[in-house]
Amino acid sequence: MNTAVRHLPPQLPALDRVPRVDQVGVEERVARFCTRSIKKDSKVQALKLALSMIDLTTLEGQDTVGKVTQLCQKAMHLHSALPDLPHVAAVCVYPTMVGVARRALRGHDDIKVASVATAFPSGMAPLSIKLEETRLAVEEGADEVDMVISRGAFLQGEYQRVFDEIIAVKEACGQAHLKVILETGELGTLDRVRRASVLAMHAGADFIKTSTGKIQPAATLPVTLVMLQAIRDYYHATGRKVGMKPAGGISKAKLAIQYLVMLRETLGAGWLTPEWFRFGASTLANDLLMQLVKQQTGVYQSGDYFSKD
Amino acid sequence: MARPDTRLDFNTDWQYAPAPEATDHVRIDPQYELFIGGEFVAPRARQYFDTVNPAREKTLARVARADAADVDRAVAAARHAYARTWSKLKPAERGKYLYRIARTLQERAREFAAIESLDGGKPIRESRDVDIPLAAAHFFYYAGWADKLGYAFPGRRAAALGVAGQIIPWNFPLLMAAWKIAPALACGNTVVLKPAETTPLTALKLAELMRDIDLPAGVVNIVTGAGETGAAIVEHPDIDKIAFTGSTEVGRLIQRKLAGTGKHYTLELGGKAANVIFADAAIDQAVEGIVNGIFFNQGHVCCAGSRLLVQESVADEVIGKLKERMETLIVGDPLDKNTDIGAINSAAQLEKIEEYLRIGQSEGDMHQSSVRVPETGYWCRPTLFTGVSQSSRVVKEEIFGPVLAIQTFRTFQEALDKANNTPYGLSGGIWTDKGAKIFKMTRGVRAGVVWANTFNKFDPTAPFGGYKESGMGREGGLHGLSAYVELH
Repeated sequence: MNTAVRHLPPQLPALDRVPRVDQVGVEERVARFCTRSIKKDSKVQALKLALSMIDLTTLEGQDTVGKVTQLCQKAMHLHSALPDLPHVAAVCVYPTMVGVARRALRGHDDIKVASVATAFPSGMAPLSIKLEETRLAVEEGADEVDMVISRGAFLQGEYQRVFDEIIAVKEACGQAHLKVILETGELGTLDRVRRASVLAMHAGADFIKTSTGKIQPAATLPVTLVMLQAIRDYYHATGRKVGMKPAGGISKAKLAIQYLVMLRETLGAGWLTPEWFRFGASTLANDLLMQLVKQQTGVYQSGDYFSKD
Repeated sequence: MARPDTRLDFNTDWQYAPAPEATDHVRIDPQYELFIGGEFVAPRARQYFDTVNPAREKTLARVARADAADVDRAVAAARHAYARTWSKLKPAERGKYLYRIARTLQERAREFAAIESLDGGKPIRESRDVDIPLAAAHFFYYAGWADKLGYAFPGRRAAALGVAGQIIPWNFPLLMAAWKIAPALACGNTVVLKPAETTPLTALKLAELMRDIDLPAGVVNIVTGAGETGAAIVEHPDIDKIAFTGSTEVGRLIQRKLAGTGKHYTLELGGKAANVIFADAAIDQAVEGIVNGIFFNQGHVCCAGSRLLVQESVADEVIGKLKERMETLIVGDPLDKNTDIGAINSAAQLEKIEEYLRIGQSEGDMHQSSVRVPETGYWCRPTLFTGVSQSSRVVKEEIFGPVLAIQTFRTFQEALDKANNTPYGLSGGIWTDKGAKIFKMTRGVRAGVVWANTFNKFDPTAPFGGYKESGMGREGGLHGLSAYVELH
């Protein structure tokens, strides 16, 4: 029975039936998450959980073999002064750097290599090039592919095209997990965020992700709440879990913990793991580490005690 | 809607840290006297009663029980203050006193919030973020009117009524005191106020505050006690105006007693508000609105959205999401900042709610959240009833607890008819993406306040009050002033 279901081609869902979103209501709900009390043991646990969910990221035009290698070193050795630290979930790089990261992480199979693809960050390239780039990233050894949707097409109402593109990229990914970046900062309204989330999940996304990090605003709590609620409804309707990745602008431990509170109260235990939730971030790790040391010693250390790779 | 195997699990390994509000900054005396003529005086009959922390079932303090003789003393003090000082004061000076009350209330907000939660059982998050700030806001707002009454009623002269007798309920103790005292004083009246017998402490702390800021003696008198004390106020011949907030049952009694006496009165009574969810609403935010509408302050809210009317095409979805959301509501210690739902105000109220839970189970299907509640104290899990109808008692009668009765409707007209098919008319809610539908509904619902795509929003500038058995007169805003003046 299951195989029959699998062979049905995905259908573009009726986006006009996607629940509407009231921005004021979303912001009120988000404000409540930010008042939960997280301290002492509860905080240590949250900080470690957040660390384990990081996709340590470098996505610069100036990335070099040296830079990516350093990033991978950081991923493997977060802070040797603290015992019992989890490792980050993944490193996230451009396709041309996947091979470098793969080699640098040799022996650490539990740290995934994620690659952006599909003409990141704009997505302004023909589909054939996007697919080619995706295949290249996977051949180089990417475990996960972070694609961008064609926001222009989405805003023009060409939902079918956006939908078909995701399906094609998903196919090109093969075994690699597909994260679909909605670039919510360019979608403009929470209603569109919700619709794009539903579209991406129905097209086969394993994760949905807020942002490239190249556009402001990047991830926000309200946007992420709307996406989490879309994931929840999709799960109830289909039984399939989809992961969530807010990315960009999350550099402080306090904010990361607020995301975790929101995750806990929206999707619960099933998503509170690196398998289903990631932070796309480059500097968050050091703030989490600094807070962990503070919890242990009672004082803040200078930033110079934490390696910046 | 939801597949049975996709239940979300909110019992995570990662738990929030307990964050109880400190109480070492709170001073509660073992015994409180009556506040009459600017000082605390013992009741003539030396009778006292206990006020209890409903979350611990522990006595917080002994409080004086005022009898008719004590009320008479208080009214005499208020009359004296009215004739000798308060009515002679320049309006701007009255305003200064009100500003001073407001500012001092803000300064002592933390203590007031903690006591409100200790005495009444409401979560500290609400007393800290809603009750106390709003109480201060009411004093600020009416302070501004004190010297501008001529502009409030252009072309007419507004004269104070004299002595106002005010009886307030236990659900928002300090806030209700502020609603009553602020406009009365702004208009030049003096006050005899009786707080509810289960929650007298913040009113008594307010009395201390009035004394500390040198409010002229007798302008505000606070007498504590139960029904007999209230009756003595209502029946006192030298009171010019009665302002009552409480049950419709008592309101009726008061209205009967006042008939023919020529006394002014305003009554703010019960409610059974319809919260109407249309299929085109933002469903997830509507669910939050339902939660806020019925579980805010344990449902001890006269304008609570206690009747949910949901359009049939989205009923399963809304109810499913609501049940899921109820699982994440934290019920427990009112002083903990994480607590969403606190303790039921009193043993008597809990008994009344439980009686309705029994009635409701014979009328429809009951669902409660699976949250664990503490063993001592008065608690009620968030509860909803489905399969009930307009003829059900849990739909018709005010329960005043965290209990929601859910019905469905098919058309706009059916929703409107059901919303209005109640002897009450205090508030209502509508959830839709269509502006035109909002206006059509708000024009049609016979209720004093109707919220659109939100619920339980209060502001001192907005009048509040009921249609039908929900009361007469308005409090708040300009309308609230006219309840304390005679226009010439």
